[in-house]
Amino acid sequence: MSQYLLFVHYVDGAPATPADEMKASMEATGRFNDELQAEGAWVFAGGLHEPSTSTVVDATGAETITTDGPFAEAKEHIGGFWIVEAPDLDAALALAARGSAACRAPVEVRPFHDGPDDAEGLEA
Amino acid sequence: MTVTPTADDIARVFRDESGRCIAILVRVLGSIDLAEDAVQEAFVTAAQKWPVDGLPPNPGAWITTTARNRAIDRLRRESTRDARQTEATAMLTPSEPPDVGPLPDDQLRLIFTCCHPALSPEAHIALTLRLIAGLQTPEIAQAFLVPEATMAQRIVRAKKKIAAAKIPYRVPDAADLPARLRSVLAVLYLIFTEGHRSSTSDALVREDLCAEAIRLGRLLCDLVPEVPEAVGLLALMLLTDARRATRVDAAGVLIPLPDQDRSLWDGDEIAEGHDLVRRCLRRNQPGAYQVQAAIAAVHTDASDAARTDWVQILALYDQLVPHAPTPVVQLNRAVAVAEVRGPAEALQEVDLLDLDGYVPYHATRADLLRRLGRTGEAVASFDRAIALATADPERRYLERRRSELA
Repeated sequence: MSQYLLFVHYVDGAPATPADEMKASMEATGRFNDELQAEGAWVFAGGLHEPSTSTVVDATGAETITTDGPFAEAKEHIGGFWIVEAPDLDAALALAARGSAACRAPVEVRPFHDGPDDAEGLEA
Repeated sequence: MTVTPTADDIARVFRDESGRCIAILVRVLGSIDLAEDAVQEAFVTAAQKWPVDGLPPNPGAWITTTARNRAIDRLRRESTRDARQTEATAMLTPSEPPDVGPLPDDQLRLIFTCCHPALSPEAHIALTLRLIAGLQTPEIAQAFLVPEATMAQRIVRAKKKIAAAKIPYRVPDAADLPARLRSVLAVLYLIFTEGHRSSTSDALVREDLCAEAIRLGRLLCDLVPEVPEAVGLLALMLLTDARRATRVDAAGVLIPLPDQDRSLWDGDEIAEGHDLVRRCLRRNQPGAYQVQAAIAAVHTDASDAARTDWVQILALYDQLVPHAPTPVVQLNRAVAVAEVRGPAEALQEVDLLDLDGYVPYHATRADLLRRLGRTGEAVASFDRAIALATADPERRYLERRRSELA
């Protein structure tokens, strides 16, 4: 089993979703979360506030610098995410498709490093 | 009697067997990199041993077994980490020896990995040529006219994603199979057209791509004989390849289909192509490759251009359009319309198409205008086609056609 990060892309400045559609999407996402837990694929999930609520902390220099975020101005932002367990990428992609349909936004899938038998480990 | 193989013999064995060996070892070792390294090492050993000991009765099995043993040796020798130790120990446990006999699906599984939708189209082609066809990275780079370092990086990146994201080695489920198979067929056809296109340019080495695509097409037909589009694609490639020798004249000028010397077409490829077209059409599940193959079959059936059965070709284009509703297919259909219903009707249809950057669009228009006696417009269209043409043989041909009008 491997873990994958499924993150939801929202487009900044897209027209506001009507309230009833928003409600339907929230309900569908809630159902998908329940299904993930029932299927044993769930690790963690969460929805995020707007990128304007972000703060960037940089302690790489002598002084810790705190700035009003987000880190990079982009046309899209991460609206929420799931961390799931899946046997392989096909299974993770299938979960992402269900998540995308539920929250009505594109979902990006990225694998976690998973310890010494990970590809990176073998190449080293 | 011992056969002493030459370096060429060994190179041929590599070309013929390495794809199958890699596919078996990917299953056994669970890693493309380990499998490739092991097969490479086994061939190095073969290059030393075979000239002395003679060619083994089954070179592929010899390579696979040697590669497997080498891989296990290496894992054991190099295992300084727990994970490696576990992996090597698991493989060495005598109660469960890894199966190094070929399973019929080994290569099919790996083809689907190479052509996985999570990888880029460029990676599909590169991985398929390297892991299935057994081409080396410099050969692939040369064939696609990109620097070797670029191609090497493309392959490394794709292999890393396969390992990190765990793209599976698996034949897709029945629900996903048709879509996934379509992308495999598209990859093979892209490899073929890349090679075919090059037969009208000066990059001769790329003609090998046609042979590779046909070899892979045969392999796919063996692996999924029940899929008529796979058979259709093989037929289409054979019937196109059969005309390769006659596409350009000694002066490097393109020869269009009606003017090609049909006695120089490859009769074996045509016979095989016709046989395959009949076989797949009997299944009555037509698709874009089968119908295009059928069109190629009608063309190659005519002993000279004047005997071409254009009515049947037009009927086949009418069948093709719903499968491939593209302006390029519409343009080719218009050529058939011109033969059956005359150039005026064909021109009306051509003028509806949005293909301004496409050389054959202007060349076809020019020819239709010429046949309608609209010489000035025909010259203008030839000029536009000439300005757009990048392949020398095509440009020379268009220049000659225009000079005949002036």
